[in-house]
Amino acid sequence: MTALAAKEDTRTEDQASEEEEIKQYISFNVGDELYAVEITTVREIKGWIPTTSLPNSPEYMRGVINLRGVIVPVFDLRTRFRRGHTKPGKTHVVIIVKLEERTIGILVDAVSDILTIPAEDILSVPDQDVNPEYAFMEGLVAVDEKMVAIVRPKLLFDMALLPEIAAEVA
Amino acid sequence: MLRLPARRAIPRTASFKISFKPYVELFQRANEPLLLIRELGQLGQLVLELDSSELPDIEDMEAEHAYFCWTFRLVSEYGEADILEVFEFVEGDCDLEIADLGIYLSPDDFVDDDAAGLFGPEEEAATAPTVKIKSLKRTAGGETVVSQSIRVELDKVDRLVNMVGELVITQAMLREQGGQLLVEQYPNLVQGIEELSRHIRDLQESVMAIRAQPVKSVFSRMPRLVRELTASLGKKARLVMTGEETEVDKTVTERIGDPLMHMIRNSVDHGLELPEARLKAGKQEEGIIHLSAFHRGGRILIEIEDDGAGINGEIVLKKAIEKGLVSPEANLSDEEINNLIFMPGFSTAENVTNVSGRGVGMDVVRKNIQGLGGRISISSTPGQGSKFTMSLPLTLAVMDGMVVDIGHEKYVLPLGNIIQTLRPRQKDINSLPDGRGIMMFRGEYIFLVPLYDIFDVSDALHDPCEGLVVVVEGDGGVLMGFIVDDLVNQQQVVIKSLESNYQLVKGISGATILGNGRVSLIVDIATVQDMSTQHYSESCGRGGNNVQATDIPVSQAQTSVEVH
Repeated sequence: MTALAAKEDTRTEDQASEEEEIKQYISFNVGDELYAVEITTVREIKGWIPTTSLPNSPEYMRGVINLRGVIVPVFDLRTRFRRGHTKPGKTHVVIIVKLEERTIGILVDAVSDILTIPAEDILSVPDQDVNPEYAFMEGLVAVDEKMVAIVRPKLLFDMALLPEIAAEVA
Repeated sequence: MLRLPARRAIPRTASFKISFKPYVELFQRANEPLLLIRELGQLGQLVLELDSSELPDIEDMEAEHAYFCWTFRLVSEYGEADILEVFEFVEGDCDLEIADLGIYLSPDDFVDDDAAGLFGPEEEAATAPTVKIKSLKRTAGGETVVSQSIRVELDKVDRLVNMVGELVITQAMLREQGGQLLVEQYPNLVQGIEELSRHIRDLQESVMAIRAQPVKSVFSRMPRLVRELTASLGKKARLVMTGEETEVDKTVTERIGDPLMHMIRNSVDHGLELPEARLKAGKQEEGIIHLSAFHRGGRILIEIEDDGAGINGEIVLKKAIEKGLVSPEANLSDEEINNLIFMPGFSTAENVTNVSGRGVGMDVVRKNIQGLGGRISISSTPGQGSKFTMSLPLTLAVMDGMVVDIGHEKYVLPLGNIIQTLRPRQKDINSLPDGRGIMMFRGEYIFLVPLYDIFDVSDALHDPCEGLVVVVEGDGGVLMGFIVDDLVNQQQVVIKSLESNYQLVKGISGATILGNGRVSLIVDIATVQDMSTQHYSESCGRGGNNVQATDIPVSQAQTSVEVH
């Protein structure tokens, strides 16, 4: 509640400078690395359930699940980052994220924390302008001396970019 | 020898002898003798005798043949007219004789006695001097039915449709769970579940009927279009429309309007010749465009047929090569050439006019129709005209499906396309030099389609003799044998979109949720048909001359076989 209230406050205080806004993120692990997504895009966090695999799909597309009557695709973030295949077990979770009209699931190892980060603490990714591959990162932030990459799921699993990505991964 | 009326007086009971021999057509029109018999049974006491003498050995049996005829002996309080009413809808599709034996006796009496003796030949002659043989006539409904209607917001109907969809899924779940119960232990529960599924099916059909609309609303826009076009192009044409009353889901009627207009425009502009040319070709000055709609096999077919010049393969090919759509060395079949007109950017018109020549057209038409889960195909005879056939699903929400196992995955095949399922004998299976499996089915060779390969399922059975072959009808009536591991069950499935959260997947028309909550994919038979053709043409190394074939799911390569 307080966090929400605080957020409201900041909004009313300085609507002009959006950059000083404090946002909340959910951080999660893939292997040893920490990533985070903005909390407002996250719909829910689900334990791993077996998916129905889709034929002729990119490797990081793990298949689809039934989320209360809606068919939701699940993507393997590890495979997307070209670190092999996640062998999901009981501890793995799927973060259900809303991207504009689409709802997708992202398979990660575990959810770690909720971070409240002021915008000025978010550092830019070096070389981001040069390397389009880094576009999916909104920025980097140090939490307890560990680096957390804030990702934009939309750019990671953008359907329009999918064919290219698929080709790259393959 | 007249028998006296019964010990217990039953008022005005007459007995009839009815012999009923269905023709093949009766089954083809989807009538079911069992239903007729049941209905007949409701009229009174029924004793029936089945004549199965024509039934051949199971090996020689044709699934679509009519082998049986029945003789019924009915004791009923109803008259002959009521019996005729039972057979009202099979008129002309069967031999039917109704003999009024006119005797009055109690049903008890009747059953106790040896029925054959009772109706022995002499007796028949004696007791039924007036044996009437009647052919059935449909009562030409003289009564006018006043239909009442209310206006309902579409939103409300859609909510209802969605709820029914969820209900269908829940029911499938219940049935799956219920299937494990023992009938002896929970007879009422099992029966209740069965009843529930029947009611839900009825409910679903009624709800879908709410959304159904006659295609008239779309067709009615066409005459004006034809008039305007003919006037501006200096052509003469008449539009003949049939089947306007055919009903189809509202979404379909809403979305076929534009494609249909485009195709009519094409027919008038490209199809029909100028009056002089027509006269020269020995045709009527006035061209005829036939627009028709009808149901077939759970789908609605809309045909646009013109008696114009047909598609000139040479010009089409030349244009396609000019525009770089095909490589000049390509060696294409007529069918493939016809399908070139669906390629993006294709146009044969020399000049861009108001009417056509923009090269945006048939590819959009096809995309729209595919978006509705439909298909489009062409057949054309140079000099005699062309026919475009659109095949569209009746509803976009629910369909009857057959759930099959392919390895650890479950796929759904549309029931309407399934002809038969069988386990072939080794001697029926052969393969072509390119490795493509082929199977003898009802005296014809059909291709085997390895679904495990197309859908890349690693742990599926490969040998059709170990698994099963589901014979399905693809585009243009082409039969194919899908190799699957096993059949699971037949059920109604609610079609869910994959595109809303992901994207179109080739070979898959949608997804559904099974009773266990898992997602299952619905196979798009027409696309799989092309994928398998392509699969082998590539693996055989003949793929060199392909027409960027990746995107021509419209029946290519198969010569069309008309199935009636």
